Amino acid sequence: MSLAEKYPQEVKEIFAKYPPEQKRSAVMPLLYLAQREEGYVTKEAMQDIADLIEIGVTEVAAIIGFYTLYHDEKAGKYRMQVCTDLPCALRGADEFLANLCDNLGIQVGETTPDGLVTLEEVKCLAGCDKAPMFQLQSGEGIEYHENMTVDKTLELIEALHKGDKEVS
Amino acid sequence: MAYVLLRHRDIPDIDRIDVYKKNGGFEAFEKAVAAMQPGEVTEVVKASGLRGRGGAGFPTGMKWAFMDKNNWPHYVVANADESEPGTFKDREIMERNPFQFLEGVAIASYAVGANAAYVYLRGEFWQVARFLDEKIAEMEKAGFLGDKLFGTEYSLRIYTHLGAGAYICGEETALLESMEGKRGQPRVRPPFPPSYGLYGKPTVVNNVETLANVPFIVANGADAYRKYGTEKSPGVKVFSLSGNVNKPGNYELPLGATFRELIFEHGGGIPDGRKIKAIMPAGASSSLIIANDKALDTPMDYESVPDVGAQLGSASVIVVDDSVDMDWLINKTIEFFKHESCGKCTPCREGTYWMAHLTERIHSGEATMQDVDLLNDVARQIQGKTLCALGEFSTMAVVTAIERFPEDFEKRLASGDKHG
Repeated sequence: MSLAEKYPQEVKEIFAKYPPEQKRSAVMPLLYLAQREEGYVTKEAMQDIADLIEIGVTEVAAIIGFYTLYHDEKAGKYRMQVCTDLPCALRGADEFLANLCDNLGIQVGETTPDGLVTLEEVKCLAGCDKAPMFQLQSGEGIEYHENMTVDKTLELIEALHKGDKEVS
Repeated sequence: MAYVLLRHRDIPDIDRIDVYKKNGGFEAFEKAVAAMQPGEVTEVVKASGLRGRGGAGFPTGMKWAFMDKNNWPHYVVANADESEPGTFKDREIMERNPFQFLEGVAIASYAVGANAAYVYLRGEFWQVARFLDEKIAEMEKAGFLGDKLFGTEYSLRIYTHLGAGAYICGEETALLESMEGKRGQPRVRPPFPPSYGLYGKPTVVNNVETLANVPFIVANGADAYRKYGTEKSPGVKVFSLSGNVNKPGNYELPLGATFRELIFEHGGGIPDGRKIKAIMPAGASSSLIIANDKALDTPMDYESVPDVGAQLGSASVIVVDDSVDMDWLINKTIEFFKHESCGKCTPCREGTYWMAHLTERIHSGEATMQDVDLLNDVARQIQGKTLCALGEFSTMAVVTAIERFPEDFEKRLASGDKHG
């Protein structure tokens, strides 16, 4: 099923935001929509978007490559994206991330064996006063977690594991 | 002093439309639409001396007046791409006092004759965008957005648009490219957005905090606004305070308050009895100021900060204490700019890459004095040679760290090579 068949209402609402002759502006919201189920944009979805906004599929791929929140490869259900930029680092973000890696037994860029969490290191998230902090990205959206400790993070992962934590 | 921008700290629940209305909400927008000509609104903002709060400090009213009146439609785009390391003020305004910001968007739209406005949020502000969508829907329901507003012919709609993780999109022409569904790379200027903006149409791009000032100015007049701040930098500013400080957070102060006041009075000073070493007043893009008494007593306004060798920028004050070595610090900032360079201009794309090589080498203790000189040279070669300010920004901390904290580099050099 194509993107437009799967999400007719959403696609309509996205296009309504922009002038009718400016379809291309819809590419970013459409990419988020395409990521909803799998957490990444499939080759088929790329083609759907290219057809919907009448540009080449290579151009859609170039946009995915340019922006960090679009993905063309499958990862864990949740991407845990820890900020280690200067203000966060001054408040212990590097140590936090290293400890978290140790506790999870994975390196940055790797996924927990159960496929739940991929650990990533990212640039500033505008949460500098509440470091250490990270965001959780899934197909459903992005959620901030601030003033974190390793213990609190492990508890969160446990809750995600049990499925009693929904990312809004 | 009552808050002008962070009013949620005085008025709980101001993010509810009834509470906002009860506290004077939308009166400025109604006054503008029902009783003022668009040009009069622009004149008031001009007279207030309001300057862009995103970093550049360009006079807001003047920007509005530049809109090309022979080319229609006009657009307003609110820049909510807040991505400078150390900056988190727009987020608090949108999350806690959303209607004041949206009213500012609405007034700006009326002033420049726009019937559609967009809020471009960085993709990470996913939840903020959802929240603003709700608030926009409430405004539509209450008759503050839509057709024939306040019984006039004026109509306005506001939409949110989410970016997807790219610092460069805070640069206004890259932001417009991104909104048009392209990779966010800066345009060659001129033409500037007020003559050639979104979809090639005249467009005003204003920062969130800038727009949040507008309802106060229109409601109370330019003189009331000028009671805050200094002659050349009037008004209030939200300072984002982060780094080695006891109480990081946002502080709304009049422009011209000193660094000492912000860091020690409000921010509670430096943790663990350590000493302040340096200040970055404009986030990672900032020059490093040596935090001596002269610097601490410098007023934080657009004119005074250059006296101590930096810019006020977005007023994202990162405090650095004496446990931090500058070779480590610039390795961090360069890593950021290397990642965020959009790749369009060669000096920035290649230069940040080479600077990262060198800062890493220096930090790992394998470098010689020649490497430090080379780093300085690469940084200076980038300056003034890129389309947007990102290239320049990437060099500020590097050049000033080497110039102002040379001892940090000397002690890191490979042994036996203290003198090159």
